[in-house]
Amino acid sequence: MKKGLIVLALILSLSALGLAQGSVTLLNVSYDPTRELYQDYDAAFAKYWKAKTGQAVEIQQSHGGSSKQARAVIDGLEADVVTLALAYDIDAISEKANLLPANWQSRLPNNSSPYTSTIIFLVRKGNPKGIKDWDDLIRPGVSVITPNPKTSGGARWNYLGAWGYALKKSGGDEAKARDFVAKLYKNVPVLDSGARGSTTTFVERGMGDVLIAWENEVLLGAKDLGQDKFDIVVPSVSILCEPTVSIVDKVVDKRGTRAVAQAYLEYLYSPEGQEIAAKRYYRPRSPEVAKKYASQFPKVKLFTLAEIAGDWQKAQKTHFADGGVFDQIYQPN
Amino acid sequence: MASTFKQKSILPGFGLSLGFTVLYLSLIVLIPLAAVFLKTSTLSWHQFWQIASAPRAVASYKLSFGASAIAACINLVFGLIVAWVLVRYTFPGKGLFDSLVDLPFALPTAVAGIALTSIYASNGWIGQYLQPLGIKAAYSRLGVVIALTFTGLPFVVRTVQPVLEDLDKEMEEAAASLGADRWQTITRVLLPAVLPAALTGFAMAFARAVGEYGSVVFISGNMPMRTEITPLLIITKLEQYDYAGATAIAVVMLVASFALLLAINLLQAWSGGRSRSKSSAASADLALGEA
Repeated sequence: MKKGLIVLALILSLSALGLAQGSVTLLNVSYDPTRELYQDYDAAFAKYWKAKTGQAVEIQQSHGGSSKQARAVIDGLEADVVTLALAYDIDAISEKANLLPANWQSRLPNNSSPYTSTIIFLVRKGNPKGIKDWDDLIRPGVSVITPNPKTSGGARWNYLGAWGYALKKSGGDEAKARDFVAKLYKNVPVLDSGARGSTTTFVERGMGDVLIAWENEVLLGAKDLGQDKFDIVVPSVSILCEPTVSIVDKVVDKRGTRAVAQAYLEYLYSPEGQEIAAKRYYRPRSPEVAKKYASQFPKVKLFTLAEIAGDWQKAQKTHFADGGVFDQIYQPN
Repeated sequence: MASTFKQKSILPGFGLSLGFTVLYLSLIVLIPLAAVFLKTSTLSWHQFWQIASAPRAVASYKLSFGASAIAACINLVFGLIVAWVLVRYTFPGKGLFDSLVDLPFALPTAVAGIALTSIYASNGWIGQYLQPLGIKAAYSRLGVVIALTFTGLPFVVRTVQPVLEDLDKEMEEAAASLGADRWQTITRVLLPAVLPAALTGFAMAFARAVGEYGSVVFISGNMPMRTEITPLLIITKLEQYDYAGATAIAVVMLVASFALLLAINLLQAWSGGRSRSKSSAASADLALGEA
């Protein structure tokens, strides 16, 4: 009995000590290719936060397909912050579960998108099919690997990159763009559910002549994938991908972590945060950091989502919702 | 059957154990399934029908149930042979083979899917030899059947094995001594005895295959209308936050699976009853013969 009391007292005093020091945990629910980025960033932020406030912060990461991650948060995964592949997935959290206000995107600079990326191609060594631009992807006999845009955030950017290219080329003719993406997806032999799955299909299974992928994923993976086996091809134009971040208001208020969660996201915009993003091959927003790392990013003319499809709500409805343009490609006729 | 409620069993503890059974089944099976129906009820009949009968959904039912049936049939035939070999013969490494049968149970299905895909892809061990023959194993409907056959393998073997073990060798010898040839021994003596168990195994393999997701998504290619299984369609709908649409398809699967299992169970009961009366007739024949 006495022993038990001592143990209890010990536990209490220890936890009191922990509280006094103010240790705090955050859960960052993110998408697949940010794994390496946040590994570095979390360590840097913990250091920064400790120096600033004396509070120790431990950040837990969860990675997966962007929509799947959003669905986990909707279904009750207590994420303090979400850092997802596209705004639509965070919109869904706001819309379906009302965990954050609808205007979340206006709360941080650059539409809550601290770093950007784009969509480029990976081809087999020596580029045997001579793939140079989007047009080459719809040639008969070229096999294209890209995930299913209905389930993968990255795949939606891939699709919209192709759509935007065709739209721009035809001077805004939607029928032509529709025809272009239809031809492109006729060349796709496997639709994986996520971006990492497609990379595996292309790299490990040897399927396809070209992989459409995130620039950051391709640049980061260039060494691991084997430089002697693949070449990077940069198309003439591509889409500016804006992954977005937000705190989850209902969760941070419940857990009392609003201040640290807010700081966690704001630090992404700091010179240190921007450098870490750039080192992990995300294009930084800060002009200074962008200049410093300019050499590692291929020169490509970028168009925004707004130019070619309006906003995500509209893009989702037109292209990816059931019965949308993407479904029509697979309609038997 | 009807008298069970009037006539109380003489065994004690009926109320408690039945209560426990009902509670347990409700918590584990009925309530989650009821939730599926409840979620679907947010749709009108018209909406439900539109989702459930969309060409893409229908194509996925055909693939899911078709491939599962083929896989279960393959497992029925080869499962019987495997069980027969494992029971009736002794050979070195038998224990190893016996435990290999259970591997598809134990292996995470994703691991199975990745392993099968890397073997059957056009650059894989087996795939590279199938390629020149014009057979595309991975990323085709054939791939789906391969994955489902793999996951369903243990069911027929494990249900038939104990029945075969109980079946005395003397039965076969008696049949032979009464002038039955090999074929007659198999079709008249062995098969009727193992048929109910084999059907159970078939039904389990089939049911498992219909619901299988993890291993198939790696090897199937997931192309809408061609290699998209129904569970994947459900997941796809969920990832688009279309909960009601996902449960609508789920309900169709649930009802279809239940109907099929019920049919197989009835068939099994019927064949069980038939084989029992047959085997008692056979033993009566034997007794007469001995007299």
